[in-house]
Amino acid sequence: MRRLRLIPDDTSIDFFKHAKVTFGASCVAVVLALAVWFTMGLNYGIDFRGGTTLRTQSETPVDVAAYRAAMDGLGLGDISISEVFDPTSDDSKHVAMVRIQAQEGEEAATPEMIEAVQGALKTVAPKIVFTSVESVGPKVSGELIQTAFLAVGASLAAILIYIWLRFEWQFSVGAVAALFHDVILTIGLFSILQIRFDLPVIAAILTIIGYSINDTVVIFDRLRENLRKYKKRALRDVMNISVNETLSRTLMTSGTTLLALIALLVLGGDVIRGFVFAITWGVIVGTYSSVYVAKNVVLFLGVNRDDSKKDNNSGQYANIDA
Amino acid sequence: MLQIPVWKRILIILTCVLGLYLALPNAFYGPVEQHNDALKAIEVAGSTPELEAQAALWPEWLPERLVNLGLDLRGGAHLLAEVNVADVYANRMEATWPEVRDALRSITPVRRVDAPEGELRVRINEADKLAEALAATRTLARPVQTLTGAGQNDIVVSGAGDIITVTLSEGEKQATDERTMQQSLEIIRRRIDEVGTREPTIQRQGSDRILIQVPGIGSAAELKAIIGTTAQLTFNPVVNRGADENASPGLGNSLLPDAEAPGVFYIIETAPVVTGEELVDAQPSFDQNGSPAVSFRFDTTGARKFGTYTAENIGAPFAIVLDDEVISAPTIQSAIPGGSGIITGNFSVEQSTNLAVLLRAGALPAGLTFVEERTIGPELGQDSIDAGKIATTVAFVAVLFFMWATYGLFGFFANIALIVNVSMIFGLLSLIGATLTLPGIAGIVLTVGMAVDANVLIFERIREELKTAKGPARAISLGYERALSAILDANITTFIIATILFVLGSGPVRGFSVTLGVGILTSVFTAYFVTRLMVVFWFERARPKTITV
Repeated sequence: MRRLRLIPDDTSIDFFKHAKVTFGASCVAVVLALAVWFTMGLNYGIDFRGGTTLRTQSETPVDVAAYRAAMDGLGLGDISISEVFDPTSDDSKHVAMVRIQAQEGEEAATPEMIEAVQGALKTVAPKIVFTSVESVGPKVSGELIQTAFLAVGASLAAILIYIWLRFEWQFSVGAVAALFHDVILTIGLFSILQIRFDLPVIAAILTIIGYSINDTVVIFDRLRENLRKYKKRALRDVMNISVNETLSRTLMTSGTTLLALIALLVLGGDVIRGFVFAITWGVIVGTYSSVYVAKNVVLFLGVNRDDSKKDNNSGQYANIDA
Repeated sequence: MLQIPVWKRILIILTCVLGLYLALPNAFYGPVEQHNDALKAIEVAGSTPELEAQAALWPEWLPERLVNLGLDLRGGAHLLAEVNVADVYANRMEATWPEVRDALRSITPVRRVDAPEGELRVRINEADKLAEALAATRTLARPVQTLTGAGQNDIVVSGAGDIITVTLSEGEKQATDERTMQQSLEIIRRRIDEVGTREPTIQRQGSDRILIQVPGIGSAAELKAIIGTTAQLTFNPVVNRGADENASPGLGNSLLPDAEAPGVFYIIETAPVVTGEELVDAQPSFDQNGSPAVSFRFDTTGARKFGTYTAENIGAPFAIVLDDEVISAPTIQSAIPGGSGIITGNFSVEQSTNLAVLLRAGALPAGLTFVEERTIGPELGQDSIDAGKIATTVAFVAVLFFMWATYGLFGFFANIALIVNVSMIFGLLSLIGATLTLPGIAGIVLTVGMAVDANVLIFERIREELKTAKGPARAISLGYERALSAILDANITTFIIATILFVLGSGPVRGFSVTLGVGILTSVFTAYFVTRLMVVFWFERARPKTITV
């Protein structure tokens, strides 16, 4: 039987030939992502900035201008209306999201306000139904954003410590640099595309951290093994051997995970699309960063390969031009 | 070499069987749910043929625990309420005032003066008796009844000039907050139980918040109507009735609006004669004119107080006050000794039924502010379930095919392990009563993708070991051994993330972390032990000279 092979069995690709270019590109990408984040900002959902969203569904096409006009007289401040496109839903379902800013002096939406909005929308689309109504007070949203940052920070710290304990500090710096890279690029992408950034996206970012570290650790594990096996060879060669040896596994796992995620992205409905999109993107950049960020950092930092002569060795390998 | 002791084999097989057994009810979600609901209904209200028929939909001897569906899948309402714990401080001070007055009466005449909320200020006539008065007031203090506040008194008394200030101590405030939260939880639970919905979640969150999730309810507004009202019922003496909303009520009195007629205000004595806490029952009923009303009955102490008061005040009006609004202010026609009565107002039948529910369940000790609310319609939930099912199936089939195409027979073993894995996830989730949310489904799909990772690691390793030509048995056994450290490290780090998500997340995110964590445990088990057992079984029978992975 012929087996499916993503790559040939024995590869000897030099992953670190262009280390400066790839690492440089990653650095530039991170800087760009940060710049975009700070200039364009994120399209925060109500989880993070308070307010109310109504999800509407009607048989008639969504007329954003008419919806807006209907709600104009209510004096609710900033209102945003966006139509939701879903390739899997049929023509009888036209879904829109209406977001209303947090009202002065109110924690969550009052029933009167929601009734007024629903009444106004019914005048333009009589058969409209409201499939979900969510409201978050400014107090809670402030706390949620804090918790979210705390969660991401705590995850990075926990991983830094775990990898440090299991491997060496150079590995843990490399791993966390890769994770940082993945997180920033994900946030940057959400900022450029202005995709709604809400609580599930934070969960997605943490999942990306989990996936990316998984990938990084597998290669580190092999590197550790090979460092013992090939004591005399240069760090760069050993790293190349390790990445090549684990390459087919890396591609297989990314492949199966991406297969599952793409199914979910296309067929899973629009409610979790942002969430799945973040994870899909994260799997791609996570796989990239395991090799090109984590390993490069380890290569730059060097690895202490002999316990008796600590200082000499780390200096020696740190000088290798990558 | 390739050997697994018999007891281990049996243990692995038993674990799989148990997982599948526990997951079984989820494959028949509808009937099992009806069966469970029917059993509950029979327990509460006795048996009917219909309920018996529903209960018979699922055999008694099979497991009946299901994965709970989260609000985003089932539809329902979610509320996060903040309890205004400071409300209670003011009430406490209100109750302390008569005690202070009585304690100081023999020393010097006193007068209550205005003070910020939660503080009691008293002016004494003779300022030189301050020390004596302070000492007398301090005798009212009682030790705080908690572990943390041990050694503290419940009130702090201080004096300056001719003013004595009484506040609650920090320890007592904490103890009071704790009690307020416990009572609020209990009363919200009772109110929701009275309405009788399925599996509500009522949980304390943080120091002063309560999370309420009720599946199947139409909207958060409906839920708020049930739990949002404090329902503090009091019977107070009426001092005056008027139309001036700025009238000065005088100390010890309050000015309250009429619940129905706008512009009508009552001045009442703030200290109530009896309160709703002394009610033992409340039922919706009708008055002599046939309008909806609520009939009630007091407990013995309440009945005695009410009886005495009505006997002494025939001809005077008294106010029935609900949450700072006067519902009605009838004139006392005769003494009411029996301790039961009827509240009339301009109620609709629905309002009187609701009021009866609220009075039966008891008053909330403090007001609630809703800081977050979500309503998810059942159709949206169903759409999500449908989309989730299709996506999971497609993802599953694609991964199965991919594995088989790449690893052949070994891929087939991994596929069986994957199927067992997903079943075990459902089994475990049912066992611990976890809630499946939409991100949770995504978590399962992600697990499907990632679970094969451990097998990929092992198989790739076996391939490598085969290259050094040690013979198939040795290669397989080395492959499993040497892949283990990578598998463990990779999964432990992911598990750390799942734990952090669980601790810090809430709602759907927490649901996701549970499925992710459970998925890691089961996937390591199935990918490592289950596939190994299958490989060993196959190897023992086939005894191949060469293998291709």
